[in-house]
Amino acid sequence: MRCDHCGLRDAVINLTQVEHDTKVTLHLCEDCAQQKGIETGGAVLKSPLGGFITAMGKGPASPAPRPAAAATAERCPSCGATLQDFRESGRLGCGECYLAFEVHVRDLLRRLHGSSQHAGERYLAPGERAPDRRAELLDLRDRLRRAVDTENFELAAELRDRIRVLE
Amino acid sequence: MIDLALVPDDGIGWLDGSGAESPIVLSSRIRLARNLAGHPFSQRSRDADRMAVLALVREAATAVPSLDGSVTFRLDQLDRPDRQVLHERHLVSRELAGLEAGGRPRAGAAVMVRGPAAVMVNEEDHLRLQVMRSGLAVEDGYVQMEALDTGLGRLLPFAFHQEFGYLTACPTNAGTGLRASVLIHLPGLVLTKEIGKVLQGLAQVGLTFRGLYGEGSEVVGNFFQLSNQTTLGKSEEDLLDHFGKVVRQVIAYEQQARDVMIRTAPAEVDDKVWRAYGLLRYARTLSFEETMNLLSGVRLGAALNLIPGVRVYTLNKLLIFTQTAHLAALEGRAVGDPELPTVRAAYVRKLLDAELA
Repeated sequence: MRCDHCGLRDAVINLTQVEHDTKVTLHLCEDCAQQKGIETGGAVLKSPLGGFITAMGKGPASPAPRPAAAATAERCPSCGATLQDFRESGRLGCGECYLAFEVHVRDLLRRLHGSSQHAGERYLAPGERAPDRRAELLDLRDRLRRAVDTENFELAAELRDRIRVLE
Repeated sequence: MIDLALVPDDGIGWLDGSGAESPIVLSSRIRLARNLAGHPFSQRSRDADRMAVLALVREAATAVPSLDGSVTFRLDQLDRPDRQVLHERHLVSRELAGLEAGGRPRAGAAVMVRGPAAVMVNEEDHLRLQVMRSGLAVEDGYVQMEALDTGLGRLLPFAFHQEFGYLTACPTNAGTGLRASVLIHLPGLVLTKEIGKVLQGLAQVGLTFRGLYGEGSEVVGNFFQLSNQTTLGKSEEDLLDHFGKVVRQVIAYEQQARDVMIRTAPAEVDDKVWRAYGLLRYARTLSFEETMNLLSGVRLGAALNLIPGVRVYTLNKLLIFTQTAHLAALEGRAVGDPELPTVRAAYVRKLLDAELA
């Protein structure tokens, strides 16, 4: 069976999880499993940061073809930093860079930490009001159902992670 | 010259040897990386941006109880020896102090110190909050840290994203921004040659090790700095809980190694630690590295009750005060490289003599 995520390599891991009556089964190859934070022998932390950053946007490091992945000339609208700057320095230019290079950053965070989903304290900036958690949960569960219906497993796994954190 | 006496406990209360497991664990440190939303990160910012960040932080600090009475040191206005003293005290990083080869502190580089808490401003991230505690006190340190973090976060808008958490210049710190570390003395594991296995094991459970001064520094005197490798995907509580468990396991391994040494080679161990003590007590010149190695031997001897009457506090103090900038500060003058070993040996003798008095 082919990997649900990249569709290129053979799936070696079957991940089945049940979230509120919704069963999600993902068949993943080893590389994609690692990107999703599923450890396959502690390999998650082995790749050095420098090597991965250099490989970013160059193809094989991100197995699924992504619409925004090709250009290295992408520029952060806030600070003007490019993906190339990030590659060379290993540092992002500002908070907005995380959004400007979202796809690359998410890949990298998964490689580094085994996950891109923050599970710690939820920060509220001065004057900001706490979001309505119940409404957010209902919305996320609805989106999860739709993602599973349309077999968008990558999105499903991400939504599942976010639901878990909120719960 | 800066007057660290202005700082409550001189910023080195963590040396006093009062915490849990103090003979093995010198200190625990909790660090949080935070950035102000709407400002470029330090590496990409101009002097004016950094000065603006410093002004905002200083203003906020006046209203944060955790920083009440704090002392601010502007690294960009200090001479090199003073910056080095702050670095040797583990209050600022090498980078912030501008001590790298050919380096200078950035405009607006500062540290605010209040007892066990310190805030580095304009480091790689706008804010590096740290709390240092004596011995193994990761959880207690985090409680103090939470008060500091919450206090500042209520007044300053931190860069935060629902998925990625706290946004940091380097993605290795994103999420919680939390790095817990301990400075731990592992001579038993080194002498029994088990250290390689233990360090390898640490990597597999998400911990990493460095030398005495963190990133890029060498391991001297069998002192290792252990810290968590990942900062994202787990809650602060889980990260600290896991870290504490692993550190306690390392302490248990170290104890076992010491037991083995005492059982199998008691005379050799006794001789080794007393030789180290003898050299420190009577040597007329000492290099920093030799001092570290001898202190390691004496620390082991004291922990095994082979050498009586040497306090952990004295050994900790020697670790910090035998460094170059501290010796110069104690002498009240610049001390050139050729006379450093003599000055160092004299200071070590003085402190150990006082211990017997």
